[in-house]
Amino acid sequence: MTHAKTLFEKIWDAHHVTQTATGASLIAIDRVFLHERTGAAALKSMAAAGRAVRDPARVFAVMDHIVDTRPGRGDGTLMEGGSAFITETRAAAHAAGITLFDVNDPDQGITHVISPELGIVLPGVTLVAPDSHTCTQGALGALAWGIGSSEAEHAMATGVLRLDRPKTMRVTFTSTLAPGVTAKDMALALLAAHGAGGGAGHVVEFAGEAVRALDIEARMTLCNMATEFSAMTGIVAPDAKTFAYLAGRRYAPAAFDDPYWQTLRTDDGATFDQEITIDAGTLAPMVSWGTSPGQSMPIDGAVPEGPARAHEYIGLDAGTPLLGTPIDVAFIGSCTNARLSDLRRAAALVEGRRIAPSIRTALVVPGSSAVKRAAEAEGLDQVFISAGFEWRESGCSLCFFAGGERFPEGSRTISSTNRNFEGRQGPGIRTHIASPETVVASAIAGAIADPREIAR
Amino acid sequence: MTPFTTLTSCAVPILRDNVDTDTIIPSREMKSTGRTGLIDGLFAPWRYLNPNTRTPDPDFALNRPQAQGAQILLGGANFGCGSSREHAVWALAEYGIRCVIAPSFAPIFHANCIRNGLLPITLPAEIVATLAWQTVSVNLPTQEVHCDTSHPFEIEPEPREMLLEGLDAIDLTLKSLPQIELWTEADRPVRPWVYLEKSA
Ligand code: SF4
Repeated sequence: MTHAKTLFEKIWDAHHVTQTATGASLIAIDRVFLHERTGAAALKSMAAAGRAVRDPARVFAVMDHIVDTRPGRGDGTLMEGGSAFITETRAAAHAAGITLFDVNDPDQGITHVISPELGIVLPGVTLVAPDSHTCTQGALGALAWGIGSSEAEHAMATGVLRLDRPKTMRVTFTSTLAPGVTAKDMALALLAAHGAGGGAGHVVEFAGEAVRALDIEARMTLCNMATEFSAMTGIVAPDAKTFAYLAGRRYAPAAFDDPYWQTLRTDDGATFDQEITIDAGTLAPMVSWGTSPGQSMPIDGAVPEGPARAHEYIGLDAGTPLLGTPIDVAFIGSCTNARLSDLRRAAALVEGRRIAPSIRTALVVPGSSAVKRAAEAEGLDQVFISAGFEWRESGCSLCFFAGGERFPEGSRTISSTNRNFEGRQGPGIRTHIASPETVVASAIAGAIADPREIAR
Repeated sequence: MTPFTTLTSCAVPILRDNVDTDTIIPSREMKSTGRTGLIDGLFAPWRYLNPNTRTPDPDFALNRPQAQGAQILLGGANFGCGSSREHAVWALAEYGIRCVIAPSFAPIFHANCIRNGLLPITLPAEIVATLAWQTVSVNLPTQEVHCDTSHPFEIEPEPREMLLEGLDAIDLTLKSLPQIELWTEADRPVRPWVYLEKSA
């Protein structure tokens, strides 16, 4: 009888090629995904060193970060000098012989949205990308994590990475989410309770009844924010929903009938270095109040006491209620919350309503071109447009400053993204991160508003 | 890469927790696809009163006279969190920083430091605070930070070796290519779906 293993240990052990002289591990990497913001640097530097991509069929690249999301786009970007990132990535990708989803490719979209859509990420694989939100893809039961450009070069040139074994943590969400409360709120609640450094050095397995109940897209939302927890990554054990989601997608097997797939779960009795349990039934919609995703709170509460610098930047004193705080910009987009299910839930709340006249800009940016087409086929674009939102081409857009437009300093945004750092959406911009439901409720009210109220 | 053994320098404190890589180098300061030309963008949101005119904020640590030529940076907990952009480390390196001491690091930033010859040292916040603006000596072979007294620090053997020898990780790994190939051939029949055909 072998000892009980966690899902992480199984994947790690299965990819362990050899030990280095100093006791680290060479871990085989099954998939590498690049984007134009960090990909050109990695490919160019490899080429300059005279190194080839070892298996180009398993390396992919996409234009997502700084591509324009306005209709009729080409290689031009809102960011000055941005076109060079696009043209150089294109040239380097062609030279290296890897698969590229270019600006107007029908499969273009945000890395972590299209990788599952195309079945590039699979349960049990190792997948790396020079992008911190690669952890999103752990929702499919893969060990998927973000790395730097040098590590991406290393993975492409050698097929492995040199790694010290991370620690393991299990976060169990028990019970059932209340109506109007989502995977995004679960992630923010975890961050609020255990801090932005709470998962440092760990691979976090999300488990429990409330996680099993999430659909695959919602699991991606939850895993997306593992990097905000400082974890190496997040992972959810694959189940029937995962296999049904992936079966027949372009790069995935047609069926998941090999007995191998059933082994991809944590054995009973396996132990983790750390365990956290959260009762999902007690959670409310969450909104960030400060400048770290850990500075988040239930929407109907009062701003807690935090670092002076965070209060000053965000312009909210401790004790202030968050509800009713006027906002200028509303954004639905990003690898956290811009999949079809997110757009459907948001559209259901928007239908027949209009955004407040005080909102300066309200944007919906689908997570991929395929999501955009599917949403249009259902008429969701018209629902958003009639309500006063702009409907864009897919990309990272306003999730970070180089992808989107510029607003006056001090503007306040409510955003379905994952980072509320100082300046993340532009100099002096005050960002509140929340679920798509909370974003649309707030856009309609013109101020931070509880989605449970308009759902009634 | 330049090997790292010992270093003595003024230690410049930026002791806030959760200093993110968007702050270390904002996205719009990453103006080229290369690894250089980042120096002016380093800590741009905090370093300048006005990032457009580049008027320095005299109160920001890096702008103080003592900080000129410093090679050691002190940070708060979860230093380097956020975006994976290696440009944060490239910008620090270009500025001359060779060692960052903080109570904890975000994992990608930590790995990026090692790959670029910067030593990330983890020490308790109380100790990090005592080093601010002091002349600090860092000794990697003995794993000690010295300033009045000595503070031992932990580092995994692999990154220690990489830094001490100034090794190029890819060159080193390519020596194991035969084992990598053996592993791949053994894995192929077990997980055939991993191995994709190159589309035309
Ligand atoms: S949507 Fe935002 S978080 Fe996601 S990959 Fe793009 S920039 Fe990063």
